[in-house]
Amino acid sequence: MKVIYKKPESLTDNITIYCPGCGHGIVHKIIAEVIDELGVREKTIATAPVGCAVLAYDYFNFDVTETAHGRGPAVATAIKRVLPDRVVFTYQGDGDLAAIGTAEIIHAAARGENITVIFINNAVYGMTKGQMAPTTLPGQKTTTTPYGRDTSYHGFPIKVCELLSTLDAPAYIERTTIENVPEIIKTKRAIKKGFKYQIENKGFSLIEVLSSCPTNWKMSPSRALEWVGNVMKKYFPTGVYRDKFKEGN
Amino acid sequence: MKKVLLNGCEAAGEGAISAGCKFYAGYPITPQNRFPEYMSWRLPEEGGVFIQAESEISAINMVFGASAAGVRAMTSSSSPGISLKQEGISYLAGCELPAVIINMNRGGPGLGDVTPSQSDYFQSTRGGGHGDYRTIVLAPWNVQEVHDLTYLAFDLADRYRTPVLVLADGMIAQIMESVKLKPKKKKFPEKKWALTGCRGRKPNSIKSLFLTPGVLETHNWKLARKYKKIEEKEIRYQEYFSDNAEVGIISFGTCARITLEAVKKAREKGIKASLFRPITLWPFPYLQLSEFIKRAKKILVVEMNLGQMLDDVKIANRSNRRIFFYGRPGGGVPTPEEIFKEIKKI
Repeated sequence: MKVIYKKPESLTDNITIYCPGCGHGIVHKIIAEVIDELGVREKTIATAPVGCAVLAYDYFNFDVTETAHGRGPAVATAIKRVLPDRVVFTYQGDGDLAAIGTAEIIHAAARGENITVIFINNAVYGMTKGQMAPTTLPGQKTTTTPYGRDTSYHGFPIKVCELLSTLDAPAYIERTTIENVPEIIKTKRAIKKGFKYQIENKGFSLIEVLSSCPTNWKMSPSRALEWVGNVMKKYFPTGVYRDKFKEGN
Repeated sequence: MKKVLLNGCEAAGEGAISAGCKFYAGYPITPQNRFPEYMSWRLPEEGGVFIQAESEISAINMVFGASAAGVRAMTSSSSPGISLKQEGISYLAGCELPAVIINMNRGGPGLGDVTPSQSDYFQSTRGGGHGDYRTIVLAPWNVQEVHDLTYLAFDLADRYRTPVLVLADGMIAQIMESVKLKPKKKKFPEKKWALTGCRGRKPNSIKSLFLTPGVLETHNWKLARKYKKIEEKEIRYQEYFSDNAEVGIISFGTCARITLEAVKKAREKGIKASLFRPITLWPFPYLQLSEFIKRAKKILVVEMNLGQMLDDVKIANRSNRRIFFYGRPGGGVPTPEEIFKEIKKI
C-alpha cells in the first residue's frame, strides 16, 4: 500500500481549542509541513504567544516555550543567539505583535535577528472574545468598538509589513492570506522561504498571514474567508514587501 | 589567588563570568551603567552573548529565552528598570527558569534620584511581580561580596530553577575595591528540561499556564515545597560582637557596613553594641535573628529607607524587645557618627 497523504510529524495528535473555521489550524499545518520538508523538526525551537495560539506547545511536536504577551521576538532573539544552529521562530497574533509587543518586533527586525516570525493577522483579539485589535479595520465592529472603529476616535490600523519594510535589516517580508487554496499554497511557499532564509543565515524574515476569526467576526467560516479576500486584503495588500535575496536582485 | 581593583559592577560581572554566565541583556540606567558597558566587551571575550536590549522588558525576556535554552543568563538594572522587569521575573518563577538579576538600588519612588538607596527591599523580598512566588535575594555589603554573591546566585538559580536577585546599591556599584576573583566554574548541572531541539528525546515545553482546574494549584504547591527547602538550606547572615549586648543592631548591605563602624566606635566608648547582618533577605533569617534579639536588651534597625526590613525584624521579635528605627530615605546615606548618636540615644 502506498501512503499518499499523512499528518505531518511536526504536529501532535492533540485536539486544538480552535473554533470551527479558524485560520490558526491551517497555518499550524503549513508550518508543520514546512518543518518536516526541511528536515529540521529535531532542531526547531518555537515561541508561543499570549492569545488563541497560547497552547501551541500542545500542538507542535517540537520544543516550544511560552512567552509573556508580545515578548516572543525578545525570547527568540536570545534562543537563536545562544543556539545559532537551531531553527527558531515566533508565532504571534496581531494584539501580541502589533500592540503590546510593538517594541520587541521592531527591534528584533532592526537587529536583523536570524529568526522567522509568523504573524497571524485576524483583525481582532480572539482569545479575549473580540476586542479591537491594532489591525481592526476602519468601521469594523468589535466588542470595544460596538459602533465600528471610528478612525477619528480609535486611530488607524497598523500595517506591519509596510512598517517593518522601512528598516534596513530584514531579509524577507511578505503578506499572504488563507482565503482560498491558491492563496494557502502561496502562504506555504512564503513560510517555507522564511525558514529557508533562516537556515541559510540570511537574516530576519516575517510572514504576515491574513486569517479568519468566524466566531468573533460573527460570520460563517465560508463568509469569513470571503471577508479576508474581499475586505481585509484591500486594506492590507498582499505581496512581497522585502526580499533581499530574490533571484535576479 | 590574584587580587584586582574593580568597581562593584565590574566585580559582579567577573563573578558572573566565573560562574559560567554566557548571556547578558540589559538597558542603560544610572547607577549601574558600568555593568552593561563592562559586559559588552568582557562577555564576548569569554564566548558569551551581550545584547543591549530596546527596553528593560525586552532584556528580562531575552534572559528568559537564553535560560530556556539552557544557558546561564543574567540582566542588571537600577530601581525603575527593575520595576519594569517584574512581569518577566514572575514568568521566570512560574516557568521555573534559573536567572540572575542585579539591582543597583537608587532612590525612589518614581524616577527618584541616582544615589544609593535600600528602598527596593519590599519589592525584592515581597515578589514585585504578580502571583504566589518567592525570589531568593542576596544582599552584598562590599565589592568583594557582590563578586562572591553574584557567583553564588548562578548556582542557587540552577539548583532551585528559580530567579535570584542580587540587591546592591549605587554605592557598591560605583566604589572601587580590591577583589579576590573566584576561579572559573568548570562543572555545570545537566538541564534536561531545556529547549535545545528534540533530537533523541520527546519535545520539551516551558510554560506557566495551567488552565485545567486544580493543575495550577498543584504547580503552586510544588513551588511552595521548593521555597520551603530554600528556607531550610540557604539562609545566610553574619553577627558581629554577638555577646549579650545592650543595643543589638540589625542592618543589611551598604548600611550594615557603615553601621559596623558605629558599633566599633560604641564598643570603644564602652557601649556594648552588636550587629546582625542578614545576607539573604529572602529567605530571611527569622530564627537566627530572634535568638540575636533575645540576647540583646534593646533593638535598633538601621536602613537606607523608611523602614522596610523593619517589618521582618518585627516578625522575628519573639521576645518582645523594644525596637528603635533609624532610616534615611531618598538616597540619604548615614555616616557612622550619625548611627553612633542613635545608639547613644536609646
